[in-house]
Formats: sequence, structure tokens, C-alpha cells
Amino acid sequence: MKMNRRDFIKTNAIAATAAAAGVTVPGVSSAISKEEIKIRWDKAPCRFCGTGCSVLVGTKDGRVVATQGDPDAPVNRGLNCIKGYFLSKIMYGKDRLTQPLLRMTNGKYDKNGEFTPITWDQAFDIMAEKWKETLKKKGPTAVGMFGSGQWTVWEGYAASKLYKAGFRSNNIDPNARHCMASAVGAFIRGFGADEPMGCYDDLEHADVFVLWGSNMAEMHPILWSRLSDTRLTKPGSEVHVLSTFRNRCFDLADNGMVFKPQTDLAILNFIANYIIQNKAYNKDFIGKHVNFTRTVTDIGYGLRPEHPLEKKAKNPGKGKLTKISFEEYAKSVEPYTLEYTAELSGVPKEQLLKLARVYADPKKKVASYWTMGFNQHTRGVWVNGLLYNVHLLMGKISEPGNSPFSLTGQPSACGTAREVGTFAHRLPADLVVKKKAHRDFAEKIWKLPEGTIPAKPGYHAVLQNRMLKDGKLNAYWVMCNNNMQAAANLNEETYPGYRNPENFIVVSDPYPTVTAQAADLILPTAMWTEKEGAYGNAERRTQFWRQQVKAPGEAKSDLWQIMEFSKRFKVEDVWPEELIAKKPEYRGKTLYEILFRNGQVDKYPKQKVTDSRGNVYDNDEMEHFGFYVQKGLFEEYRLFGTQGPKKGHDLGEFDQYHKVRGLRWPVVNGKETLWRYREGYDPFVKPGEGVKFYGKPDGRANIIFAPYEPPAESPDAEYDLWLSTGRVLEHWHSGSMTRRVPELYRAFPDAVVFMHPDDARARGLRRGMMARVISRRGEIEVQVETRGRNRPPRGLVFVPWFDAGRLVNKVTLDATDPLSKETDYKKCAVKVVKA
Amino acid sequence: MSALRPGQEATLRKGWWRAHKWLLLRRVSQFGILALFLLGPWAGLWIVKGNLASSLTLDVLPLTDPYVLLQSFLTGHAVAGTALAGAAIVTVFYLIVGGRVYCSWVCPVNLVTDLAAWLRRRLNIKGSARMSRQTRYWVLGLTFVLAFLTGTIAWEVVNPVSMLHRGLIFGMGFAWAIVLAVFLFDLFVLRHGWCGHVCPVGAFYSLLAMPSVVRVSAAAREKCDDCMDCFAVCPEQQVIRPALKGADQGIGPVILSPNCTNCGRCIDVCALDVFRFSTRFSNATTPHIRVAQNKEVSP
Amino acid sequence: MARTPSSKLSRRRFLVDTARTASGVLLFGLGVGLYARRSESLPATAIRPPGAGPERDFLGACIRCGLCVRDCPYDTLRLARPEEPVATGTPFFEARKIPCEMCEDIPCVKACPTGALDKDLTNIDDARMGLAVLIDQENCLNFLGLRCDVCYRVCPLIDKAITLEARHNVRSGKHAIFIPVVHSEACTGCGKCEHACVLDQAAIKVLPDKLAKGELGRHYRVGWKEKQRAGKSLVTPDVEHQYNLPEGVEYDYEGEGLKMKQHDTPFADNPLDTLNRKGGKP
Repeated sequence: MKMNRRDFIKTNAIAATAAAAGVTVPGVSSAISKEEIKIRWDKAPCRFCGTGCSVLVGTKDGRVVATQGDPDAPVNRGLNCIKGYFLSKIMYGKDRLTQPLLRMTNGKYDKNGEFTPITWDQAFDIMAEKWKETLKKKGPTAVGMFGSGQWTVWEGYAASKLYKAGFRSNNIDPNARHCMASAVGAFIRGFGADEPMGCYDDLEHADVFVLWGSNMAEMHPILWSRLSDTRLTKPGSEVHVLSTFRNRCFDLADNGMVFKPQTDLAILNFIANYIIQNKAYNKDFIGKHVNFTRTVTDIGYGLRPEHPLEKKAKNPGKGKLTKISFEEYAKSVEPYTLEYTAELSGVPKEQLLKLARVYADPKKKVASYWTMGFNQHTRGVWVNGLLYNVHLLMGKISEPGNSPFSLTGQPSACGTAREVGTFAHRLPADLVVKKKAHRDFAEKIWKLPEGTIPAKPGYHAVLQNRMLKDGKLNAYWVMCNNNMQAAANLNEETYPGYRNPENFIVVSDPYPTVTAQAADLILPTAMWTEKEGAYGNAERRTQFWRQQVKAPGEAKSDLWQIMEFSKRFKVEDVWPEELIAKKPEYRGKTLYEILFRNGQVDKYPKQKVTDSRGNVYDNDEMEHFGFYVQKGLFEEYRLFGTQGPKKGHDLGEFDQYHKVRGLRWPVVNGKETLWRYREGYDPFVKPGEGVKFYGKPDGRANIIFAPYEPPAESPDAEYDLWLSTGRVLEHWHSGSMTRRVPELYRAFPDAVVFMHPDDARARGLRRGMMARVISRRGEIEVQVETRGRNRPPRGLVFVPWFDAGRLVNKVTLDATDPLSKETDYKKCAVKVVKA
Repeated sequence: MSALRPGQEATLRKGWWRAHKWLLLRRVSQFGILALFLLGPWAGLWIVKGNLASSLTLDVLPLTDPYVLLQSFLTGHAVAGTALAGAAIVTVFYLIVGGRVYCSWVCPVNLVTDLAAWLRRRLNIKGSARMSRQTRYWVLGLTFVLAFLTGTIAWEVVNPVSMLHRGLIFGMGFAWAIVLAVFLFDLFVLRHGWCGHVCPVGAFYSLLAMPSVVRVSAAAREKCDDCMDCFAVCPEQQVIRPALKGADQGIGPVILSPNCTNCGRCIDVCALDVFRFSTRFSNATTPHIRVAQNKEVSP
Repeated sequence: MARTPSSKLSRRRFLVDTARTASGVLLFGLGVGLYARRSESLPATAIRPPGAGPERDFLGACIRCGLCVRDCPYDTLRLARPEEPVATGTPFFEARKIPCEMCEDIPCVKACPTGALDKDLTNIDDARMGLAVLIDQENCLNFLGLRCDVCYRVCPLIDKAITLEARHNVRSGKHAIFIPVVHSEACTGCGKCEHACVLDQAAIKVLPDKLAKGELGRHYRVGWKEKQRAGKSLVTPDVEHQYNLPEGVEYDYEGEGLKMKQHDTPFADNPLDTLNRKGGKP
């Protein structure tokens, strides 16, 4: 049907009239949809949380004009949360960065200069100069990078390779350190392999849901609606919620418990004790599949070594496990009686019992979910482990509905940070730098001389900030995150580190975040569908998308930036002679040639990217580098899973992912894995084995006893309140994207301090007044909120951290889990006074 | 009327300052009051909040327009709050200084109608419709009846006086159109039309002026050379004659008419200093003549 | 007594003049009166400050001084301008622009010098400025199954004035739909929900009570509410019912009706029942 403009207007008018009259006119609807047809739709995962909802992205004239929830996506079936609803607006904030900016005075770099536009060439010139100078003066440990769980899989992979193999520095860590490190630690200690055994289908199969420090109602909105649906439609289903303040999940809770911060450790030991006392444990399961161990105690709080708390600790940072018997384990949890636990936690006995009973009831399938309440915890690895203890005692694991499940906050915390291993101690597919065999394997895949990858783990996120401040880390690249806002104790650690005159700080971001403001060089970055990408969500689902639009101005993808930067280094600049001597053919070559033109990464030539409907897509990186960069990197990365020493990490082929709405790994022969370690579901468990935790050499999971230990900082006479920080549904993380969507900004404009009305009154405060939240480290001014979504108990206040105008991390303490090095953002002592 | 413009001779004889003293003071008062109200919204300096209908000064002194409050009362609303005290204070004040002091020293519309009157003189616009000066009392009565009948303060929907003041402080909107209408009415239709004939607010305040103490007196009326300048500038010129020319009929020199606005312009423009501010009690300058209550005389 | 023609004339003139003035003023008054009546019909989007009575009373009580506007810390309130369809000079707000933040100390009410804003309102939760109504159920994202519920979370009386009622999403089969439901007994009409609604046109709007609410016929009562209010049945409850029922079956009059006994196993509690089963079938 061909139509000119006049006809079109006419049909529109007819349609409008008809619509007003409630009539459908034949032919008209097809004319309207013709206009719609000009929009090209393609799939992509949502840019925000770890749920991994799929959306269809509508592009017209080189611009994303609309999105829709993907009705065919198994995770969200066409639904979105309110952030997902506004996805099409996140790339079009008015203040997108479009050219590199360097602090300059009189045309020259000056740490205290004004940001001045420069070319990419100039940007890489100054960067390379600083990197080379640093490498020459102090060696690889003085260069570093802070990456992201929002990187695409190949961006994380390329960055990790550039650092660990190219610069021979393990000082690369992702912001996932702040969110998932404790979960990782516990997965490795308990099962020898990272990431959950279950999947989102547990949400339909469980009878009982227990939320441990997860405000799923706001943080994983679509998963929450799945959980709610089960609660609604499945007779006998129950929801238990544990948190340090009443949140939106309590609305649905059959058993809502507000506990005193840190006492989750005791509650979990109480449940284990209850199971043992009532002989409810699954004897057969623990006999076959479990080892009992205990962890070293009194391990400190991951503060600087000179901190009194660290000096006081007997075993700071130690995590050694000692095998014990079941009886010894039973004895260890014995002190955690109902009375003791109720007293310590402040949770009424009957509620604790109600909770313990659902775990102990062999007929009830229990799915436990947690997020930052567990992970951002000075005993995060412990507390994760204590929950596995409960599930393992009952054998309630690795089967539909019985699932301890760690939810993630970032879209690719799993896919990139964890699976690719962009942590300071990791390599892809659960390999670690400490193990020679693992390094050897990585070096083999990467075609590197033996000994290229350093064995010593690099600086983790918190340590990076400390080392920047101390002048030991001098050339630093922050990419795809907003760590000035995200890291704890901004005043004392982060900011002084960035502004230390000895350091050169590069920040790659699409927007002028507070981190960018503290940088010396800002690189404008392509985001989300401005590049081809892949994310891995919390249920091990890897999802791909194609580049939909071009980035504005001179903005370039992180991948482009990493690879382009690698061209600036000759191997002689970065490797010692004895290493080069092992591979003389590399002499005179650039890191780009060694890392990315190694015959593997550049294996796939330039091609047209098309979909099944014949639409053609851009791929700016392929265009620039002359080969299918993403495919090459992914296929090389895939070798770690299919050939690596740790089994069960297989990913599917690159092309397959562009055709499906994600696959849950391990993907073997094109088939996904829903539940790991269970025969029938997991291809790595042989027939007859039933359950096998094959991440551990003996196939047994660890039950790890850990006691209750107090938090690093508790309220006292002067700083008399707990401070917990976190998120709100409307804003994602530091708000750099969501606060640029006017509707979302209007929905929750600025951070507030949620507090109990009595606590407010006692301080002469009323709802709506400005108050100062003060800790020993800093203070912020925020409005008091005594109503609304979060209802803290007396003695605790909650401040969300999305607000760049009210940086709550000026107040927080950089106490970390000594094992996972993840910061505890949920507990520190503050006072609140009238502003 | 002298050949010169009204007040010109006074300027020549007394100097510019003395010939404009009261006018200037009045403008200072009018703008000063406006400024006090505007200091808050413009400079964040909250000395006076609200507007002429009701205000709060320094968070303690309530001032309320008794006229609007009376209308509110007539709608059947049982006034509860500081308005009663505020209205009492205002009433007492005007009982002393003369009710229509409000018109000439406070009301912002006065600036508009004064301008219209001045322009009328300068452009020598002569023609004028005929309307009784008593009309304002009819309108005043009407506003009370409307309040009673509609149960709402109906007059406030159209009242140009409150609209202008409110507009200046809270945002003008289309209030300027109504103010313009008043200006054009005064300029082309009826001389001293709004303030002198129609405005019920002035009418109300004139009632308060009945017993008021502060008054203008033609104390030196014997010096009058009939230059007519005072008549030319007076917005309520009917009030002058009895006091100025009533010596023969035994009428005292004090202008006792409640419609005298105490603007003092007659004092300014009189080259011979016939007029001065005085009180109603100093009316017996010629004790041998019976003091009579002077009456207004229509011009 | 004969009058002089001149006095007759002046008397006549006086009467005509008076009539002229009177009729002029009357006509003027009629205009003002009608206009004033018209401005009583407050547009649906304009919301009066807390403590304002019915519109007509309010227009009689409010002297348009703007003191409430001055003391509003959020610039929510403003005075109507002559061109606006709200009685000139009276305070109001539009929720979509700036909603009422429900200050605990209610400064606007405190500021009112005439009691047009009722001084008896001391708890802001008791304010009834209007009533939020989820008008567009077709486009409300939550009705579509999306997880917006922004209106719910911004509600200062969350879980009282707005609750979420979960329903099964038949289309997706796996998700719950959270329907925002406004409860008139708690909603103050502050308009935070309308302000925050993320749609281009708000799906939830605060309306004046008279527009927002239906009214049940006076001839009918809602039985369960009456029972709840009375705390017992209005009519004496029945004596206990007896039923003809097979063994193992109960009948619950008040609750679920017919109740079959739940069996944990396929066997009867008494072994004899199994052994003596008719026909001897296992």
C-alpha cells in the first residue's frame, strides 16, 4: 500500500475520528503500522540490574526511539520495571560526553588545570606517556584499572588480558568487588565453583521463599513479581523476609523479621542448630556430599593494617578451613539456642522458630535469596556460607525449588566480572592467578611465554583506593563505573587518592559523573546498544545484542579504547628481556598485535552483521579494526570454559547467542543447564552419581562453621545510630543514567534519610527538614523522611546512595570482609542532627 | 486657577522640595510599603508576609483589612484566628489617622489614578461622564449584599485594589488588564473616576474616617488668593470648599469630610501655606463664630 | 402646598439620578455576582490547601492574603491569577506541578488568619484535599504488569492510602500484577502520586471528593461492613447446624463448606477398614 503524505494525514485523521468513535476502519490500522514498520526492532538485555530482562529496541533514523519488554523472553515475558520502561532515554541525556577531555593549563597537561577538549590521539599520547613512565619507574604494580560488572563480556575479557598479560599487572578489579565478591568467596569455598546452582525457575518451584538482606521488591522488581505470583497462586507457599529495617518485601511477608545488624550470623547458626537438635538433617545427603569444616576466626575488618581493629585481630584476613566431624560441627552451633539468638538479634522467638521450621521441614522446598545484605558484610563470605550450611544439612540444593540463590546487582556481574574473571586474583572460568597450572593454561590459550601472568593477586578495589592515596598506584584507568560515588569513605580514601599529584587518573564514561570530575583525563564512551555486547545475568544466562545505533560525537566503546590503547605499547616497553627471550618472535611487536592479532582473536574477518529478517547492523569495532573483534574475543574466551582445568564452564558458540534470548551455562552440545550438580540436569554429573559438587576434587561441598562476630563499628554514645545504605527502585546504582531521565528523577529526586519518627523527634527533627548525617569520616545533608517505603526501627537510618548531590559514601566506613574484600555498606555508626 | 500649572507658583515661592513634600512622603510611603512586602519574595528578607488583605509583620504583628473581613463575616464564616486582632489594629489606626489615609498613603491603585489625573491635566482632557460621588456607597453596600447572598467574598473576584497589590507581590497575570481599565476609565471617562466615585474600599475607609483625629486644616484660610491650585490637585475637591471658604458661615477651617484622603497635596501646592496638617480638635480658630459641621459640597 | 418648579425639578432630577446610580450599580452587582458564582466551580486539577472546607465556604472565609502561600516551604501553593479558572487570589495547587508534601506542622493552616484553613486540623493525615483516583487503567504500567508502582512508593501513607493488590498475570503465566488501590479513608489528596506518575499524562490523578467518589444508595447497606462495625451479626447467629454426611466428611457452616478429610497415605487409620473393604479389593 503506497501512500503519499496527504493520504497519510487523511488516514490518520480518519483513524483518530474512528478511534474516538470506538470504530476500527479497515485498512487504516495497516497504514498506521506502516509508519511503525520503519522502526527496526531487535533484542537486547536491559542495561540495569542482574535480573537480565530482555527488551526489544526500536531504532529509527539512527536513534533508539522506543523499547518494549520482550514478550518472548523467558525472564520477563514482556514486562519491565520502571527503569526498563525508560531504557530508550538513558543514552540521550543532555550532557553526554562526546570528546576526550584533559585537565590542561596553557595547552599542557596540568593536574589542577581545566578540562579541555583534545583528540583521541592526544589522549592516548598522554596516557601512554604516563603509563610508560610509571612502568619504568615503579613496575607493573603501579599501574591499575578499575572495571565493571557492566562491561560487556568481551570488554572485560580484553581489559583483563591487557592488564594481566600485556602490562603483567593483576591490579585490575571490577566494581563487582563492591557487590558480589562475598558471594564469590563463599561459592568457591563451599563448592569450588562460582555462581548459583539453581535458576529463576526456582521461583515457581519453591514452596517457601526466604529473603536474607535482599529488598527484592525494589531491587529485582520483575523477579519479585514472579515470586509474588507463586505466593499468590500456590497453596501453602510462604514468604519469610529478614532485613535490618522494614522494606517493601515485608508487604508480602508471612514472617517479616527485623534483626539487629550483623546478627544474621547467629540466626543462621541457630537454624543449623535447630535442624540438628531436631535430627531433621538429611543424613544420607550429608554422608555422601558434604564435608564439615570450620573457618579461622577473629579475622579483622579489612581496614588499613595500622587501624586498631586490625592490630587487635588475631588472624587478620585469614580464611583457612579445618576439617571437623559432624559432631564437632553440631557442638559449634550448639550455643546458638533460641533464647540466645532471639536476645541477640531482637527477633521474637516464635518468628525465629517459624523460620527454622520451614528449613527443617523435609517436605518444603525452600529457595533463599540474598543480595547486598549478605554480600556487603564484614563477614560476607561467612554469612553466605552459613546459609549454604543450612541448605546442605537438609540436602535442599541443586534441584527445582530447593535453591540458595545469590542475586546480582549488575547486568553482567556474573557474565563479565565473575565468569571472565576481571578480579585482581582471577582468570576466566574460575581460574586464579595464584595457581601455576591455571596461569600456565591461560598463557597457553593466550599464546604467551611462561611466566607472563604474575602469580600475586593485584590490588582489589578497596586496596586500589588506598594505594592511590599512598602513592603506590600511579597510573589508573576507571572504566564503566562511578567509584568516586560508589566506594566507601570517600573523604579519607577515594578522593585523596584520585587527586594525589603523583597519580594520573583516566575515567571512561558516557556522562560527567563525580568520578569523571575527579579525573585528569576523561574518555567519552559508547554505551549499551551503541556497541555490540553480551551480558550474563544472575541465573548464568548469557545474552547478546547487536549494535543498534552509533555513539554520539567521538564517543567510543570501552573495547575500542582498550584495544586502541594497546597499540601504544611495544612489548619492550612492558615486558622484561628474559620474558621476551622466551618468545623472540614477539620482539618489536605491539601489545595490540600480541594480544588481539594472535591468530585467534582476529580469526573472523569483517562481515555484514544481519538478523534473520535481513536488517543490517553497524559494528564500529569490526569496521575500525578490520575483523570481527567481538566474535574473536568470545571464541578465544570460550576456550577457557571448554578446555580449561575447571570443568562445567562451557559456553555456546558466538553465533548461537545472537539467535536466542540467552542461554544458561554450562552449555553443552547447544543444551542449557538449569540446575547444576544434579544428575539429569547437569551434563557433568555422571549417571548414578546423583549429586556431585564437581568443583571440589572429592565432589563434596563444604559446610563451614563460622561464629557470630561483632561488626567493625557499632553505635555508641556519640554516634548513636546505625547507618545502612542501598538503592531505590527508581534509580540504578549511582544514578548516572536514571537521574538523567526526567520522569525517574521526578519519581525520586534526591536522596533522603529514612528514619524512625521517634528517632527524628528525639533529635528535634520533623519529616521534610534538612538533617546532617555525620560519622567519624564525613557528613552529608539530606532531608528527613519518616514515612514512605522504608521503615527503619529505632536506632537505624537508611540513606540511598544514588544521589551525586548527597554522597553518602562520605559517611560510610571502608571496613571490608577480610576474605572477599567487599565493603560493608550496611553498617557504620552515625549521628543525625538538625541542619 | 492661575495661569501656571497647579503648584508651579508654590514651587517658585517655596522651592521645589517644599512644594512636593507631602507628595514625596506619600510616594515614599506607598513604595515603602510595597517594598516591605516585596523584600520577602525578592530578597528573602521576610519582614512582612501576606498582602494588604492580611499580613504578618516580623512574625508577630497581624494586620487585616477590616473591609474584607467584614465581607467574610457576612458570608456566614465565623472568623477564627489572628484576623480579628489584625482588623482591630487596623481599624484603630485609621480611626486616628483618617480612614482614607489608606487610599492616598497605602493603596497601590492610587499611583495609577494619580497618574491618570496628572495626565488628564497635562493633556488637558476636559470631558467627563457624570456620576454621583455617592455611587461608591452604593457599591459598598452592594459588596456586602453580594457577600451575604452568594456566601462568598464576591467582590474579591474583581476588586482591582487587592488584585494590583496581590499581583505585584504574588504575580500579576492578567491583573494588569484590570488595572489598565481603571487607568483608562480615570483618564478618558471620568475624572477621579475610580477612587473618587466607584471604589468601595475607599468608601469603606471613609466611614472609618468619620471620627478620625488627624485632619487637614485651612488654618490660614484668610490668606487664600483664590488661585484654585488646591482644587485642581485635590482628588476629592468637594471637601475643600467648606473649610476654605466657610468662614462666613461659621464653618471651622478643618476639613472634616471623611472623604478627604489626607494626601496633603493641597498643602504642597498652596503658595501661601493656607493648609497644614492639624487635628479635628483645633477647629475653633474663630471662637466667636459657631463651629458648624461642614458638609460636602458638590463641585 | 405648591412646590416651586425648580424644587420639583431638582427632586425629579434627584430621583432619576438615584435610580440611574442604583440600576447601574445593580447591573454591575449582577455581573460580579454571577461571575463570582461561576468561579465557585473549581476546576478538577486545582486542589485547595489542607483544612479548606467545601469550596463555597472556603470562598467566604478566605480573604486572599496569601499567608498560607508564604509559609508553604515547598512552593506548592500559589494564589490564583485573574485569568485562571480558580477564584482570583485564592490559594491552590496543582498536584502534577508541585504536590503537597504533607508537612507535619501544617504551616499553611497555622498561617491562615481567618480560619479558612481549619485550625482544628492538627494531624496532616486527617487532611482531605481531594482523592487520588487511578483513572486510566489501560495505560497504567502496573495494570499492564510492569513493575512501576511509583505512585505507591511515593505515597506518604503507603500501605494505607495506596496498597498494591497482587493478581496473577494470566498472559505471562509467571508474574504477579500489582494493582495500585487507593483507599479513601486514608488518602489525603496530597497529589504525590499524580506528580510522580511517570506516564506522559498521569494515570492517577487527584480529584475533588465529589468527582472522585460514588455514593451508595441510602436504601442499601453493605452487609459485611455493617457486621464488622457492629462487631457481631446484626441478627442473632444461627444455632449450630446438623448435616447428613458420609463418614470422614465435615461441613463447616461459616467457613469453607464441605471438608474432606485429608489422607497422608492411601490407607485408612484403622487397619480393619482396609481389611474389611467390600469386595476384598486391595
